[in-house]
Amino acid sequence: MSATLERPEIRDTGLLRQSMVIVRRNLIHIKRMPEMLMDVTIQPVMFVMLFAFVFGGSIQTGSPSGYREWLLGGIMGQTIAFASFVVAVGLTADIDKGIVDRMRSLPINPAAVLVGRSISSLLHSSIGIVVMSLTGLVIGWRIRGSVFDAVLAYVLLLLWGFAMIWVGILVGSKMRSVEAVNGVMFTTMFPITFLANTFAPTENMPTALRWLAEWNPISALVQAVRELWGNTSPVASDAALPLQHPVLTTFIWTIGITVVIAPLAIRTFRHRTQD
Amino acid sequence: MSSPPAIEADNLVKHFGDTVAVDGVSFSVPEGTVLGMLGPNGAGKTTTVRMMTTLTTPTSGTARVAGHDVLREPGAVRRSMGLTGQAATVDELLTGRENLRLIGGLYGLSRSYITRASEDLLERFSLTDAGNRIVKTYSGGMRRRLDLAVSLIATPPVLFLDEPTTGLDPRSRVELWDVLRELVREGTTLLLTTQYLEEADQLADRIVVIDKGTVIAEGTPLQLKDQSGKAAVVVTVSDVADLPAAEKLLRSQVSEVHIDEASRQLTAAANGLADMTRIASVFADSTIELDDLGLKRPSLDDVFLHLTGHRAEDADEQPEEEMVP
Repeated sequence: MSATLERPEIRDTGLLRQSMVIVRRNLIHIKRMPEMLMDVTIQPVMFVMLFAFVFGGSIQTGSPSGYREWLLGGIMGQTIAFASFVVAVGLTADIDKGIVDRMRSLPINPAAVLVGRSISSLLHSSIGIVVMSLTGLVIGWRIRGSVFDAVLAYVLLLLWGFAMIWVGILVGSKMRSVEAVNGVMFTTMFPITFLANTFAPTENMPTALRWLAEWNPISALVQAVRELWGNTSPVASDAALPLQHPVLTTFIWTIGITVVIAPLAIRTFRHRTQD
Repeated sequence: MSSPPAIEADNLVKHFGDTVAVDGVSFSVPEGTVLGMLGPNGAGKTTTVRMMTTLTTPTSGTARVAGHDVLREPGAVRRSMGLTGQAATVDELLTGRENLRLIGGLYGLSRSYITRASEDLLERFSLTDAGNRIVKTYSGGMRRRLDLAVSLIATPPVLFLDEPTTGLDPRSRVELWDVLRELVREGTTLLLTTQYLEEADQLADRIVVIDKGTVIAEGTPLQLKDQSGKAAVVVTVSDVADLPAAEKLLRSQVSEVHIDEASRQLTAAANGLADMTRIASVFADSTIELDDLGLKRPSLDDVFLHLTGHRAEDADEQPEEEMVP
């Protein structure tokens, strides 16, 4: 009674190849359900339209080139902050449906599940950055700084997106359902991205709120991007310290968030899936 | 002759906080055989399977799959087994073929092999025509079959199936059973958990009955049935008027007789075939006309009731996943 079945050779293709197999699967998802991209296409474009044309007329920014140009950095900051949202929703759905368990039962590097999810989420958010750049060009946004500064601004956005991935993994591992993720993310990410310099300058806010907004890490990112693209005049001399040095602050924040949240996120993911 | 067992659980224990989900489960499954793990919802079946497939770390104890220890060589265990979880864990947005390619790709199988094996598996599971359709459009039975096909893409020698037919209609269930029997004929070792006594009876060479995290009985389906009380001889008379006479005749042979007038049946505890033959000859010598005379062994349902004091189906309805804090 010997087994005569053909047993194929199982090869360890390594973390990167395994992650890319998962990325490809996630991209097929986007192809099948293009509405998944609404959060990085229609939604931010709507925000641009809303703020540029509806509220914009009554917002004073002190920017030399007008509100629309000033607005774009803010929308970019919000879009990339929502990368955490994208990761969390995708991860929770995969855990919930048992896809993560199936992958963990295979002879692959267990990190591939998270790396694959992170890469595809970063791609997802990058689409948003491209869409926002194009929308900006249409409504009059221009890059007025050097090429190096312009590229640095995009790098900062991606770095921020990288830090947000860990937040997404943490929330995605903690929450039991996609609905719960939506609830948590809406009630936290929306206030965080609005209580900042994203859509209106902080100078006119009440003192306590202004202090909060100026120390909000999103504000540093947005200020950095605006300065590097030449879309704003320097901040008021009484602005909080982070806004005086926005590029440096953004680097510190992304490193800080990653160092603190990443181990926590991985531990939560392990706890959720191994127990 | 004595090759090492394909699957071995060695005093597996799992605690979730204060809850003891699995409390010292041990068993072994010889190569090429089927073990049925039988128990109600929340008995600890899924947790046991998760520990044996490296998904959950045991609180204590260990398990071996194809000779590899789940704690020390999890990679080797994952290379030797396939797992089909309780919910059909196929990707709803991918087609059947894409699901097979995804898992085959993660196994690191060559592209040409994946293509060939996918076509074979789709055909075997009657999914060839549906292969390019998105899984979302599949019926429950098709999903289960695809799920199983995906688990088989690397032809693992050991297969774990966690409640493979839960939620399937009877026809799909029987179809899946046929496929599983074929796999076993080809040499695959199978461990399946089930709440359905009939399923364990149909497929398993041996059964372990699990309740509240411990093994409460183990044996072949026949041994378990014998263990839980005697067989009975059931006599059905043609004419209801013959019931008293038949009863008198039976009482001359055995001490305990139960009468059911509605079905014209008399049931007498018996010690198997010898008793039945004796009773049959007594009736043959009498003038009482019979519709039927037979031996009734206890069903696995009776076994379960006997062992646990409750029926398998009306055990607390808590799904097992809920035990995870």
